[in-house]
Amino acid sequence: MTREAVRAERIRERSMVPRAEPQSYYGQPVLKEPVWTPEVPIYFYTGGLGGTSATLALLAELRGNRKLARRAWLIALGGVSASPALLISDLGKPSRFLNMLRMFKVTSPMSVGSWILAGSGTFTGIAVASELTGLYPALGRAAKVNAALLGLPLSTYTAGLVANTSVPVWHGARFILPFVFAGSSAASAGAAAAALTPLRDAGPARRLAVGGAVTSVAAAFTMEKTLGELGEPYSKGVSGKLTRLAGGLSLAGAALMAARGGRSRGAAIAASAVLTAGVIAERWAVFRAGFQSANDPKFTVGPQRARIERGETRGAVRRAQAGA
Amino acid sequence: MPNPKLLELDTHSWPGSYGDSAEPRMGFFTDTSICIGCKACEVACKEWNQVPDSLQGFTGKSYDNTTALGANDWRHVAFIEQRTALGAEAAAEDLVQAAERANAADGWGLQTYQEGEGVRWLMASDVCKHCTSAACLDVCPTGALFRTEFGTVVVQEDVCNGCGYCVPACPFGVIDKREDDGRVWKCTLCYDRLREDKEPACAQACPTNSIQFGELGELRERAEKRLEQMGAAGQTEARLYGADSEDGVDGFGAFFLLLDEPEVYGLPPDPVVTTRHVGQVWAGVFAGAAALGAGIAAAFIGGRK
Repeated sequence: MTREAVRAERIRERSMVPRAEPQSYYGQPVLKEPVWTPEVPIYFYTGGLGGTSATLALLAELRGNRKLARRAWLIALGGVSASPALLISDLGKPSRFLNMLRMFKVTSPMSVGSWILAGSGTFTGIAVASELTGLYPALGRAAKVNAALLGLPLSTYTAGLVANTSVPVWHGARFILPFVFAGSSAASAGAAAAALTPLRDAGPARRLAVGGAVTSVAAAFTMEKTLGELGEPYSKGVSGKLTRLAGGLSLAGAALMAARGGRSRGAAIAASAVLTAGVIAERWAVFRAGFQSANDPKFTVGPQRARIERGETRGAVRRAQAGA
Repeated sequence: MPNPKLLELDTHSWPGSYGDSAEPRMGFFTDTSICIGCKACEVACKEWNQVPDSLQGFTGKSYDNTTALGANDWRHVAFIEQRTALGAEAAAEDLVQAAERANAADGWGLQTYQEGEGVRWLMASDVCKHCTSAACLDVCPTGALFRTEFGTVVVQEDVCNGCGYCVPACPFGVIDKREDDGRVWKCTLCYDRLREDKEPACAQACPTNSIQFGELGELRERAEKRLEQMGAAGQTEARLYGADSEDGVDGFGAFFLLLDEPEVYGLPPDPVVTTRHVGQVWAGVFAGAAALGAGIAAAFIGGRK
């Protein structure tokens, strides 16, 4: 074969080799990255802290643990009070925050979540006011039950909120991400209550903190593995660093809490601080992973092209037929 | 061969919620095979809709300095320069010569920029797809995004509070937040002009009729004929994108005829409206909430209290 023929053959072969990397338009993203500010992952933390603390408080009260209950109610109020402020400050038009309650839309977890947060805030406020003043005890009890019930979805709906987008690393984790957030919320609420409650009354808070941290790390690990190639942001770049930091801090905090948190108030406070840093890092890792995922077209085009090649769908395209 | 689903244009809220005041569903058929890349659509859109400028500088991406749709770019003309192995497909006996010329292009940066002589240019004017099942509209918590009487998807700027949920929800990366303004913006399919029986500015400005405006059902029939015509002429790389009701967004209100795979133009090959899985999303949320409740209860077992 002549040199020219070899070269020509190579050109022909090149056109037949399947592409390793999905095609793109100058490497540009297909999706727009989120426009959300750092207030949003902080809200993931405060919302989870407030919601889960309300549930913790009610159960402590039912078990007769007044000291833990009182503190957990105050933490809950802190969490659900900070949350709306963070969310309003994230809006492009903060003065229009009330438009969030113009409608109730189940296709929009942000709409449903706004109602959950509004309800949680109201009931927690009434519950704490009644608790502190002793006024209207019947109303206070009803408010406590409602706040405790709403606190659970308040802690996990934010996972559904980000999952209900086109961002592959979030949408692909729609079943497991709420468990990551549930674990983080439990760790947040447990850690805060364990730090503020006398040792002999803080047992449930410590167990919640340890269990939550372990659950969060295990669920995040499972999420990364089950996402396969889409999970790459959790091992690369900023999100990868945050993921490793979150895992390390959460497990270290949980270990300290389990080993020493029941014997030394200082150790309990230190463990709470480390745990809290860990779960905030976890929220941040999930948040940043969404940006990394939206910004690389391979995460968008790759799985879609693979679906088409597997014959599961024709996609949005119909080709011309030759002849006629 | 008529597609039995061809005229299924209904959306969730159109025409149902409009009753007698529903207008025909209007849309665009953008035939990129006759786009000449003049960008008149970009200019006309900016002028009519008073869209702020969005100078990107020189990007080096062929003639494209707009780069993508966004809050300040509601039409975007993509330019793709493809080396077509110098006629290797068209004339197999010419392979040796083709390879030599490919080498010349590599070595000396020699490019002729003529169709059929080694480089082909794809030009395509992109726009909001006005999806039958629109993620932006579904996730909007304020109701600022709505379905018009023409079946199009429009943002009410006096309602939008800039929550930004629609931005990562859109499977095409169309809608975006305007930084200095805080609200989101995108193509309205010239809602104001439609109400005055005028065609959208981009379609009116297009000199080659690459951008065709009309009733969506009629546009789909026209596109079928065009696809058949191109197939008959041996242009089998031609394909319709978003012209059927069976895709992941149940059909586009603004669809396309493309000459390569959608991703080459920066478009997703199999876009799926995220809210198709909203039931699974809620199932996850409530399963997580239930597990959390069980976990909190478990924390009270085994201890002193």
